Amino acid sequence: MSTVKELILNTAWCKGCGICAAFCPKHALEVVDGKVRKVEGAECVLCGQCELRCPDYALYIDEKEGGQEQWVKSY
Amino acid sequence: MGKIVLMQGNEACVEGAIAAGMRLYAGYPITPSTEIAELSSIRLPQVGGKFIQMEDEIASIACCIGGSVAGVKSMTATSGPGFSLKQENLGYACLAEIPLVLVDVQRTGPSTGMPTSPSQGDVMMTRWGTHGDHPMIVLSPSSVRETYDLAIRAFNLSEKYRTPVILLMDEIIGHLREGVELPDPEDIEIVNRPTVEYPEVKRKPYHMKKGQMVPAMAPFGKGQRYNITGLIHDESGFPTNSNEEAEKLIWRLMHKISDNYQKIVRVEQVGMEDAEVVIFCYGGTMRAAITAMQEARAKGIRCGIFRPITIWPFAEKELAEAVKEKKKIVVAEHNYGQLLYEVERIVRGECPVSFVGKYNGTVITPAEILAKVEEEL
Amino acid sequence: MSVNIGDVKPRPDQRQMSSLIYKYMRPEHLPQIWCPGCGNGIIMRDVVQAIDNLGLRRSNTVIVSGIGCSSRAAGYMDFNTIHTTHGRAIAFATGIKLANPELEVIVIAGDGDISAIGGNHLIHAARRNIGLTVVVMNNNIYGMTGGQYSPTTPTGEFGTTAPYGNLDRSFDIAGLAYGAGASYAARGSAYHVQQTIQLIQDGIRNRGFSIIDVASVCPTYYGRKNKKGDAVEMMKWQRDNAVTVQQAAKMTPEELKGKLVIGLLHHIQYPEFTFKYTELIRQLAEEREENE
Repeated sequence: MSTVKELILNTAWCKGCGICAAFCPKHALEVVDGKVRKVEGAECVLCGQCELRCPDYALYIDEKEGGQEQWVKSY
Repeated sequence: MGKIVLMQGNEACVEGAIAAGMRLYAGYPITPSTEIAELSSIRLPQVGGKFIQMEDEIASIACCIGGSVAGVKSMTATSGPGFSLKQENLGYACLAEIPLVLVDVQRTGPSTGMPTSPSQGDVMMTRWGTHGDHPMIVLSPSSVRETYDLAIRAFNLSEKYRTPVILLMDEIIGHLREGVELPDPEDIEIVNRPTVEYPEVKRKPYHMKKGQMVPAMAPFGKGQRYNITGLIHDESGFPTNSNEEAEKLIWRLMHKISDNYQKIVRVEQVGMEDAEVVIFCYGGTMRAAITAMQEARAKGIRCGIFRPITIWPFAEKELAEAVKEKKKIVVAEHNYGQLLYEVERIVRGECPVSFVGKYNGTVITPAEILAKVEEEL
Repeated sequence: MSVNIGDVKPRPDQRQMSSLIYKYMRPEHLPQIWCPGCGNGIIMRDVVQAIDNLGLRRSNTVIVSGIGCSSRAAGYMDFNTIHTTHGRAIAFATGIKLANPELEVIVIAGDGDISAIGGNHLIHAARRNIGLTVVVMNNNIYGMTGGQYSPTTPTGEFGTTAPYGNLDRSFDIAGLAYGAGASYAARGSAYHVQQTIQLIQDGIRNRGFSIIDVASVCPTYYGRKNKKGDAVEMMKWQRDNAVTVQQAAKMTPEELKGKLVIGLLHHIQYPEFTFKYTELIRQLAEEREENE
């Protein structure tokens, strides 16, 4: 069993400030219609910079044992 | 029997408070209440309590609220100018239902006024000083021994009803020295706030059973994590803009005191059985009233005294009863006329009301009261 | 500010938030009322991350706040929380700490709250060196009331009450606190998350009065009034204009103009107030025993 990380987007809490997208080193996030989403085809390295600076706790890197790697999930 | 000691009113206040369980005093020096701070600074560490001299009057009451929230009985003392400054946090303690005792040793005002001169000019401010609708319990002693007893009672009522209680002294009593016999500690009744039996269980901090008016209070640090706020809140302790919740909360705050009127209101009536003229007074003014009454009786005037010990809630029922078929009521107080209006409201023409007031920094003499008692009789 | 944290929503699914947020916040009250891009949410997370790193017990930790945007933090955090009156958070906290020195007491305040109306309590708590940790969400403006200039609004900048530019000079809150006797003073920023968490952590660990002045961002009022751009632009400004204490030591006052000096500014060892008081009580008890 290996540790699997995934980026979880909780758009219900997102206010669309764009801080996560601006400081994502891989430009893997964007704000469309006031909500965060993953940029199509971009690579997320799961560094967690977005989680640290999101004022609304609307995204985070989840870490869990095993399971299918499913690195981006939206609520 | 207890021991007999010579003591000042301000000292009796401290000893009574300690007997009641005060273990935190936060204050700022102000005449004529300063002895309360000084003695607290000596006595509290001796009994395992703490004294702190805060940077200002506002901080002093804030510190007491903090201490009480952490489960320690807390007191602050001040005089007019300081009492004015404390009003905002007094309202906070009313709304958030934090027990504490605030002593106001009145001096002549307004403003800096006459710092060492007697007055009873704060009596309406104790009721209406802080903004918004709220109840207030105010007790006023007229002797050194009574100061001791009322300091204890102030804590007991404060704990019982989770509300700030004001011990309204005046310079006359604060600085008066008398020999007093203190009660044995085992004869003193101590009331502690309703607490939460199992604080670790999740519960709404202002939740109550049907009919219960005072919610139980868990001290910070004992396991129950909850929120306290000066905003209108619901039983969860979190702010709300709900008009129904606002009404419910303020109604309960008012009624937890007014529904217990009989348990809170105390009056002293002297020579009232056969009296035709009534002297209405409270606090230090009682000293002159007693002499005035004796002199009036020596002259054949059947004179009695009605003295509210609980100033707020106002002893309206007792007063209405007491003035029935009386020829006159003479209100004596050290101000331009404050409780006078309350008396007039209750007496409602049942008998004439006359007034002796002093607002120049001197005390009302028995002769001045007597003159009003004798007038037009 | 129309959203009301009292309107309790059902507790969101645990998967909607990180374990840190789930453990230390009150998710039923989230999302918080702060404006989009407000730095306060970042700083509030820094505080709980520092608490988690130190392994503090929630029931033994108290969060005290005053009034203003920052004060709403207390309601969101799952500790013993008390939302007090404007400016008085430190005075309330002093009573709590004095009554029970075992409690870990953290004050969260804004720049107006702590240095204008509450300035007196700040300097005297610092002077006493009482064991409180004060985290300032410093956004250079009164946000809750709609953008009036605060004691940390720089000279010449604008607020709704400084329509011609602020004539006042601005306060250095951390400097004020250590000048008054605080044993620990530091400055962080909303952008510098890792550094700020570490500074808060060290502040909590310090036995005495600690202050961590954290530069927040207020895009809604301060940013808009002063044409600083949106939250992203303001955070970029922090990134590009921050200098560490070490770098600053080598810079001239001219070079330091308009810079944000971050890091540990001051740390001394000095006995903590409630510790000294507890010692006094013990001493008096011993003397009494000897005399008996």
